[in-house]
Amino acid sequence: MLRLAFDLLLIGAGIAAYFIFPDNLGFVTRVLIMIIMVLSLDLVLGYAGVATLGHAALYGAGAYGAGLFAIYYSPDPLTGLLVGAMAGGVTAFVSGLILMRANGLTLLMLTIAVAQIMQEIVNKERAITGGSDGLLGIDMDPIMGVYAFDFFGRTGYWYALVVLLVVFFALKILVASPFGNMARGIHESAPRMRAIGTPVYWRLVAIYTISGIVAGIAGALSAQVTELVSLEAFGFALSAEAMVMLILGGLGRLYGAIIGTIIFMVVHHTAASIDPFNWLFVIGTMVLIVVYFVPEGFMGLPVRLRRWMRWQK
Amino acid sequence: MAEKTEIALNLQNVNAGYGDTQILNDISFAVKKGERLAIIGRNGVGKSTLLNTMMGLTDMHSGSVELFGNEIQNLPSHERARLGLGLVPQTRDIFASLSVEENLISGARNNGRIEQAFSLFPRLEERKKNGGGQLSGGEQQMLSIARTLMGEPRLVMLDEPLEGLAPVICDMLMDVFEKLASDGKHTIVLVEQHAELAMEFSDRMLILDNGEIVFHDETSKVRENPSILERHVGLGIS
Repeated sequence: MLRLAFDLLLIGAGIAAYFIFPDNLGFVTRVLIMIIMVLSLDLVLGYAGVATLGHAALYGAGAYGAGLFAIYYSPDPLTGLLVGAMAGGVTAFVSGLILMRANGLTLLMLTIAVAQIMQEIVNKERAITGGSDGLLGIDMDPIMGVYAFDFFGRTGYWYALVVLLVVFFALKILVASPFGNMARGIHESAPRMRAIGTPVYWRLVAIYTISGIVAGIAGALSAQVTELVSLEAFGFALSAEAMVMLILGGLGRLYGAIIGTIIFMVVHHTAASIDPFNWLFVIGTMVLIVVYFVPEGFMGLPVRLRRWMRWQK
Repeated sequence: MAEKTEIALNLQNVNAGYGDTQILNDISFAVKKGERLAIIGRNGVGKSTLLNTMMGLTDMHSGSVELFGNEIQNLPSHERARLGLGLVPQTRDIFASLSVEENLISGARNNGRIEQAFSLFPRLEERKKNGGGQLSGGEQQMLSIARTLMGEPRLVMLDEPLEGLAPVICDMLMDVFEKLASDGKHTIVLVEQHAELAMEFSDRMLILDNGEIVFHDETSKVRENPSILERHVGLGIS
């Protein structure tokens, strides 16, 4: 019952945000897209325990995949979204075949390397990708031939919200399924999962591929809504920020990914508008406080508060 | 792969350990289908390493392991499990963040078996929505055994399953092992510190010392001559 209430609250908040922030729809849409990216990271890091600092490789693949498809083949948004998802998924599958054999520090380094290599390839293929100038000239058709993208970002907002809700509920079903249990089992003890008959390596490749599909969707959405893709889509900063957002919200909880992203982006937006040069100080302090006092992230705050109040009595 | 023999498990000249460190030296023995083998020995002689080696969780340096006629020494653990080998580890390895039900499903080849697991351990059904980390030691052991059985193993290896448990729980678990061993579907390898319980349960006994087999014969031989235990394990049987 409580879960249903949270789900309805999520849908309600998504609709309400449109009316509460009519002049900031561009920013709120970026938050929605980033939530999808962090949800995809949560699947591999929070659920399966695969540490990665190169998740932008999958996001960037989706963004460039959808952007190039729109320029060279078809500007249809839904087909482009599918292409972005496939680009993210294929990138994750191919790189996952190598990455999922590693773990610990080696894995972290390899994930960074994959993102850097992809960034460099896109940079070198300037004639096709625009190189460091970014991919320009994306001009999307109306969604389903009806809803045209507008200057105020209204269509973009609803489009991103619907995609986010579809992704969220699909992931919710996935993590509650035996496949999701298996991912959490691998997180807790990969050797034990092997001993009870789970081919851990291939399952990790599957999880990473699904995560790549979701990150690819986020990248594709970004390309379609902003009609621009830059090399930053593969940037280390994006991967690191996504991880910070997830840690802030709480690993291994879909709502943690949502809350962490909203808090990070709102604090970032506010702090950067007050002091454009030192906003990182605010973010850094917030991360320190959360990691020290609420290591489970903001999702763990109610439990901590309840314990603290019981202790006060 | 088709079954070729009446032998469930056959180890030949197995040398194994962790990395370059060798723990097991030239281990050879066989277990027939439906047999109950008890492995005993002092702490640190390599009992758990032996089970882990059969499961593919250690580094096997040389030798061969056959499971129901299939050579498995080069197979990864999950394929050994799929060929019918199950291990209940000494550490239990319960997934603390998963509920009892989810723990069971994570080990399942057939979700329908969950009812059988609950009929074997009714206590787990009562606590099916509880987190694995919220269970008592006895309940965790029940869950660990039930989760292994969810994989439908034909040869079940139990690594000190009674360690640290209350006598009433030990009796209950021994009844479960008895049921498993008597149903005609399971071969049981039991590593146990309680020599008397091991003798009561097993058809054959294997004593390990310093990574080597120092005794392997029918349990009746030990019953007839308890000095065997005293000599190899330092235990006197009343």
